[in-house]
Amino acid sequence: MTQHSGAQSDVFVPTGKLQFGVFFQGVNSGTIWKAAESGSQTDFESFRRIVQTAERGLFAAFFLGEGLRLREHLGRPHALDVVGRPDAQTMLAALASVTTNIGLVATQNTTYNDPADLAHRLSSLDLISRGRAAWNIVTTDNAWTGANFRRGGYLDHADRYRHAEAFVETAKRIWDSWETAEGPAGRVLHEGQHYTVDVTPRLPRSAQYRPVLFQAGDSPEGRDFAARQADVIFSAHPKFDAAVEFRKDLVARSLNAGRGANAVQIMPASEFILAPTADEAAAKKEWVRSLQIGPQQAVAYLEQFWGRELSAYDPDGPLPEIDPVVEETSETRGSGFHGAKARQLADQWRAEAKDKGLSIRQFVTSRTARVDATFTGSYSAVADQLAEYARVGAVDGFNISPWLIPSGLDDIVNHLVPELQERGVYPTEYRGSTLRENLALATPVRSVEAARAL
Amino acid sequence: MSTTEEHATEAGHTGFLAIELDGAGWDGGDFASLAEAVLAVESAGFHAATFTDAPVAGRTNALQRAAYAGPVTRSIALVPEVDTVHTEPFHVSTQLASLDYVSGGRAGWIATAAESPEAAAAVGRSDVTGAALAQEAAASIEVSRRLWDSWEDDAVIRDVATGRYIDVDKLHHADFETPADFAGAGYSVKGPSIIPRPLQGQLPVLAAASLVGEGQVSADGVDAVLVTAPTPELLAAEIRDVRSRLGAPVAVVAELDVVLDSRGLAAADRAAGSESGRARYAGTAAGLADLLESLLVEADGVRLHPASLALELDELSRLVLPELRRRGALRAPVPGGTFRDLLGLTRPASRYTDSSAATAAGN
Ligand SMILES: Cc1cc2nc3c(=O)[nH]c(=O)nc-3n(C[C@H](O)[C@H](O)[C@H](O)COP(=O)(O)O)c2cc1C
Repeated sequence: MTQHSGAQSDVFVPTGKLQFGVFFQGVNSGTIWKAAESGSQTDFESFRRIVQTAERGLFAAFFLGEGLRLREHLGRPHALDVVGRPDAQTMLAALASVTTNIGLVATQNTTYNDPADLAHRLSSLDLISRGRAAWNIVTTDNAWTGANFRRGGYLDHADRYRHAEAFVETAKRIWDSWETAEGPAGRVLHEGQHYTVDVTPRLPRSAQYRPVLFQAGDSPEGRDFAARQADVIFSAHPKFDAAVEFRKDLVARSLNAGRGANAVQIMPASEFILAPTADEAAAKKEWVRSLQIGPQQAVAYLEQFWGRELSAYDPDGPLPEIDPVVEETSETRGSGFHGAKARQLADQWRAEAKDKGLSIRQFVTSRTARVDATFTGSYSAVADQLAEYARVGAVDGFNISPWLIPSGLDDIVNHLVPELQERGVYPTEYRGSTLRENLALATPVRSVEAARAL
Repeated sequence: MSTTEEHATEAGHTGFLAIELDGAGWDGGDFASLAEAVLAVESAGFHAATFTDAPVAGRTNALQRAAYAGPVTRSIALVPEVDTVHTEPFHVSTQLASLDYVSGGRAGWIATAAESPEAAAAVGRSDVTGAALAQEAAASIEVSRRLWDSWEDDAVIRDVATGRYIDVDKLHHADFETPADFAGAGYSVKGPSIIPRPLQGQLPVLAAASLVGEGQVSADGVDAVLVTAPTPELLAAEIRDVRSRLGAPVAVVAELDVVLDSRGLAAADRAAGSESGRARYAGTAAGLADLLESLLVEADGVRLHPASLALELDELSRLVLPELRRRGALRAPVPGGTFRDLLGLTRPASRYTDSSAATAAGN
């Protein structure tokens, strides 16, 4: 099997290539639902169209996210954004039957799953898809999500990566134990702080040995965890300088973990707004943003930080003069906005908006996270930009979130991919039929515990 | 959950046929692939395919096999077994709702609750036995049903004027809690679901008849039961017993092992082997057609467990199903139909629909 030349080396070697994944978010404010072209977010046909377009564009992987409780806004389900999506592995198993090469990546949480059950379902997906499954490991752990599960909110935030590590190690041992020194299907035992697992694995290896491991999480603990366990990081740093910085950081962590400098690949989340010319792309971007951040979305964004209703405020007027409600972090409000900081933040934002003469809507548009993750321009200019990422090895590829379902990849596949191929930085065919082959990942070494007779 | 309407069998004695796709696992069994197997079963004229979830080496997750079959088939109902005891009810509910989406409304659920020390050890729980099994099943089914209803049908409104994608008044907390006398570790599930209401509103839920009744899973919790008897002769009587015990709204599906004379091999020679506890028919295709015709007078459907999917399917599709169709014993397929349509069930409104206006201010 092919392997990066630097995988075992302690010097990072750029591959000079990029790969694409598509992140069908399902739940978010980035996906436009107001446009006439916008289709269903849950119909199977939307998923089929996106995944088949991606496969036509030789994408390495199709990603599905996961959220195990509906997001809320001021104590009620979030009404403004796309919300509600199918279970990742069920959808990917269905998509396996209408695709042949593309990898199928399920985001699955380590806190609200059981390792034996999740390992079995992931290797089922891997066998059903003939070696195309991957697990995007996430560690969401709040008690609010836990209210949907038998274990509840049992895990301290500080423990979640320790827990995740034991979880992933157990899953790897389950996958590795089909064939042991003593023959097939050795028993896997794990006695941990949170649970005990005693299982005899039931499934053989897939065509790619075992599911590929992705990780999404950005804290130092998260990065170290990825450096030890993952094949690919789904990162949040697509801007060039930040990407180069992240690569350096990750190479250091991989070496620290005793793995080669190229052992872990990086695919940041990104958004592309493309057109034949720069002007057209800029106009398109304005249209996209106006539909992503309408008047209500702009006010709702501030409400999350203010912790109170602001519907009386004019989205085209200045930021509210009233102060945020200061309270303890409320998990239900999203990503944890700390009350104490809210007043400072409000002051800072009011000053900034006033300085730049921005309305609520303009200010929110300038702030939303996606601004940092967006490539806007003509096909050829963006292709040049991406070729530079490939040349220095800033990233191994991009995980693209389409802002339109189901046609959001069409221009990328029809126009950007050929430009990248011309520049020699994008594949012209699938290397193989498994995800591991297509990502040029080495076959994993069997975990030590599994080889030990139990 | 069943509606009170009568099942079609009472009128015209037409029923449906399901087939257990056991053996068409990760390696496709006798077929080149699972897709090929399920397509063969669909074109043979079966109304439903079921997928076992027993812990057998080499067998992939049943629900995922059913999901894989979704996009490659058009009319056949896809019904996996999913355990209720050692699984997370919230996950099970979401997975089944998703199966309904990927199959265009053709999903069902055989809710199982088998005693399994292995399954318990795998998730670090103590073994569940006796009456506690039915309690676990009842709780898991109730969780799923509440979560499926937790989005009213018209919750996604995509209202450009107000910027609202959903109407939050049409989303509801499932607020499930295990009953006070629950034998296992009690739990609660909050909701709402993370996926909109399944296409069928509620997926048909099937369970072994032995799991359903007074003090077990209530008859209201299931739409159909699987009825087992030791011999074909006893099967019809058992069906009548179950029907009178559970009442008309629950559809009855008879379980039958099938070994046929095939490719020059006598069924009697092939029939030797493991005992399943189910009634077994071994013999000619013509004899099977007679037996099925008589069973379909009593039952709403029969599920066949072929000894070899490839061998029996040959005979079934060439001889048995055409004969049953000729005799008018099989229900006509409903073009674009759902599994509920097949069972003669209407699409229920969400349990929260009526209350939504009243509780819009509070809930
Ligand atoms: C690009 C990216 C995508 C993510 N997608 C998901 C997701 O789909 N579901 C989820 O529960 N968490 C997701 N996360 C959250 C992470 O799993 C993690 O909980 C979060 O980043 C906090 O971990 P950290 O403190 O290590 O960053 C994502 C994170 C990143 C960076």
